[in-house]
Amino acid sequence: MSISTFLQHALTGVSLGGAYALIAIGYTMVYGILRLINFAHGDIFMMAGYFMIFAMAALPWQIAIPIVCIVTIILGVLIEKVAYKPLRTAPRMSIMISAIGASYLIQNLATYLFTALPRAYPEIPFLKRIFNFGSVSASLVTFITPILTILLSVGLIQLINHSKMGMAMRAVSKDFETAQLMGIKINRVISFTFVIGSFLAAIGSILYFTDRMSVTPFSGTLPGLKCFVAAVLGGIGSIPGAVVGGFAIGICETLLVACGYSTFSDAFTFILLIIVLLFRPTGLFGEKNIDKV
Amino acid sequence: MPNKILEVKDITMQFGGVVAVDNLSLHVNKGEIVSLIGPNGAGKTTAFNVITGVYQPTNGQVLFKETPILSSYPKGEMKKAYLGQNNGKYTQIIKKTPDMITKLGMARTFQNIRLFKELTVFENVLIAKHMRCKANFLSATLCLNYKEERQMRKETMDLLEILGLSDVKDEMAYSLPYGQQRHLEIARALATKPELLLLDEPAAGMNPQETDELTAFIFDIRKKFNLSVFMIEHHMDLVMEISDRIYVLDFGKLIANGNPEDIQNDPKVIEAYLGGADDDGE
Amino acid sequence: MKKQKKIAYSLILLAVTFVLLFFLEGNKSEYGMAYTVIQKGIILAVVAVSMNLVTGFTGLFSLGQAGFMAIGAYITALFLIPVDNIEGVFYIEPISPTILSMKKAIEAGPAWLQPLIPYIALILGGLAAALCAGLIGIPVLRLKSDYLAIATLGFSEIMRAVISSPQMNRITNGSYGLKKIQGFDSIIQTFCIAAFCIALMILLIRSSYGRAFKAIREDEIAAEAMGINLFRHKELSFIVGSFFSAVSGGMLAMFMRSIDSKTFSISLTYDILLIVVIGGIGSVTGSVIAALLVTMSKEWWLRFFDQPLSIGGVEIPLFRTGFRMVIFSILLMIVVLFYQRGLMGKNEFSWVGLSKACKKLKNKLVKTSKKGGNAHAE
Repeated sequence: MSISTFLQHALTGVSLGGAYALIAIGYTMVYGILRLINFAHGDIFMMAGYFMIFAMAALPWQIAIPIVCIVTIILGVLIEKVAYKPLRTAPRMSIMISAIGASYLIQNLATYLFTALPRAYPEIPFLKRIFNFGSVSASLVTFITPILTILLSVGLIQLINHSKMGMAMRAVSKDFETAQLMGIKINRVISFTFVIGSFLAAIGSILYFTDRMSVTPFSGTLPGLKCFVAAVLGGIGSIPGAVVGGFAIGICETLLVACGYSTFSDAFTFILLIIVLLFRPTGLFGEKNIDKV
Repeated sequence: MPNKILEVKDITMQFGGVVAVDNLSLHVNKGEIVSLIGPNGAGKTTAFNVITGVYQPTNGQVLFKETPILSSYPKGEMKKAYLGQNNGKYTQIIKKTPDMITKLGMARTFQNIRLFKELTVFENVLIAKHMRCKANFLSATLCLNYKEERQMRKETMDLLEILGLSDVKDEMAYSLPYGQQRHLEIARALATKPELLLLDEPAAGMNPQETDELTAFIFDIRKKFNLSVFMIEHHMDLVMEISDRIYVLDFGKLIANGNPEDIQNDPKVIEAYLGGADDDGE
Repeated sequence: MKKQKKIAYSLILLAVTFVLLFFLEGNKSEYGMAYTVIQKGIILAVVAVSMNLVTGFTGLFSLGQAGFMAIGAYITALFLIPVDNIEGVFYIEPISPTILSMKKAIEAGPAWLQPLIPYIALILGGLAAALCAGLIGIPVLRLKSDYLAIATLGFSEIMRAVISSPQMNRITNGSYGLKKIQGFDSIIQTFCIAAFCIALMILLIRSSYGRAFKAIREDEIAAEAMGINLFRHKELSFIVGSFFSAVSGGMLAMFMRSIDSKTFSISLTYDILLIVVIGGIGSVTGSVIAALLVTMSKEWWLRFFDQPLSIGGVEIPLFRTGFRMVIFSILLMIVVLFYQRGLMGKNEFSWVGLSKACKKLKNKLVKTSKKGGNAHAE
């Protein structure tokens, strides 16, 4: 592999990794607060893709993007209110099944409404503009993705460390019940978590699908899975961890594809998960938790 | 000299920067009833969890029947952060899991009752017999171990009869009244055929009459099953009546030990419970 | 109720089942739909019970059923495609010569071996899946079992990707799938294999090991304090569950006669989860009943949801392809949110239970009819 092709692939990898990182943040935040794998998160991401298709059919991208973000946020919060909130005190298994049920429902609903056939993703002209650096050429989206990801995650970390809502979120993630006793409005904190998670999923979806060209009802499953692995790799509950994990997985995957192992790039994520769980179950930035007896 | 069934040597348990148990040493002789008392948050339950293998101690050693079951010294990140004493005295790492320790003959109950709620009383006790099940899962599936199974059921039934739980044997564990749930938890621990029984606040939430019953019950089972008992308890009447010796823990440190009369008159203990002069006295 | 009476009832039920099955077998062509749907229901009952063993009885949330089924299905299929058909199936790239020579050796084997091949294939498929499960279990089951769900889900998706990859063309025929698989002799054979598998799982659940599983489900820390080795028992349950999932996958391959990687997508796992949840998490009989009910309604009674429907010339807009699955996913959500016990909760079917339920129903009916009568009188 020559240096320029390597650079080309690395650039694609960083860009893919940025989109993964944005989705992984959603997983890690929900897990940090509710101790729940939000199986529907990948499907929220997929639905954001469909929303974009419909929004772009009628509106210019400057208006379409905010609308897509808002609709996705509504969807995310709706799922929380319908599928998770009634089960706050239920056994964990029920909540997990409910999460699966939500994912299953969204997938089936999307198949029903939009059919299982791939739909073309609209082109946002300015994102597609090609830049050339010597022998390396890439569209603008490739450059924007990592920058946007880092900006958004730095902003988010600031928000969590320095705002009142952020403090409430940290408290809830440390100890759900005590936080409730201290007068923190748990449901508001959780809704806010879903708002952020879904917003980032919407942005991630735009960046991801612009490079992929088409959406199907199942295009959320595998990226969702990978992003969860990214969150585990970085240490579940840690936002910088999710970002690093997302980039790591995106880059590794692209390089594997470039070497001709495209089938095994998926398997790689899974093997990575197993390795992380074997040797460092708390991930790169995770904290060790001790269960109370 | 009576031989020690349990010996705890220089145990320190540190969570991050918090030292929950600080250099605790104690022992239980065969046939004794020993109590561990102390104000709330003194580290009693943590000490229990270390002894039964739930937590690995940061430093120190635990011996059961004179063989070490747990041994540790600060390492990794803890090496620098270690705040306890006797660093470097122990060089071995031994980590037996709770199930291994139970198999060696140490059984415990929990402060907040942990029964198998949606199983019957009979099943709750029968499960404790599983660890001595010799058949592998294939022969157990094909019912080739029916003799062993019959034996397990019979032993369980006998135990329930001795402990007066046989008439509720088909009730669900969660449906029992509180006092009986406590009894069932002890029954379940006894079904593992322990030599040492660890009771974590067995009288918590009991009224005086139930506490009296429990006192008689503990004496009774000690005699019947030839047990040594080590317990955490807050009910002083019970502790003073039942214990051969008492250890007092405060802020993770041992502040006194001795027989009940000595403890009752120990100024340090009184201070720990009633608050010192500089404390505004609760 | 007397013991003899119970046994008599059970024997009658068994006899009725067999009569029904023989009747279906004899009139296959007339009752084609019922025949296929019941057969599929029986097969899904096996995998539902195996999922229940892991999820309902041990409290581990495994989502790898589709992946394990795929392993079982592909191994069984490779055994059961007659050598003469191999070339026709592997038309893109020829089958790997090792497998072919092995198949030829088996086919040239003694005559008594031939009828046993399906069983051997099912067992080998099961063992292969059990091995995979054991390997996944080592890192995952030592930790909080939260990760088990995602690890198994990932495993199953990756299994599917690997099977359909061009590199595997010579074994799995890539994305073209395997065809011309030898099927069941009759529905009775299907029933007997399934009944045997389910019976084994019931026996395991009722053994001392099964009690240990339940203890882990109820309270891990207490179970460990009772001398139960958590990891060993979780691993055991997970391996046994995966074994039977794979057997059921093999049966599915025999039932469908042709399989490809799309058969074993995540939605298959979700379908099974739906069955387990509706039947009651922790009830074997619940899973069996739900497997039959769900399969029959999905593939037969509720088919019309997917067809355009017009009443009096007016087309009802909702009814079109995919509507059925939406209904079923809503059903899953409703059961999880409002009827967490499902059909049976943690109870098992028993004649005493049935008679009690009948009495209750009767009382209720009598009461409502009386109420109605009273209201009328007033």
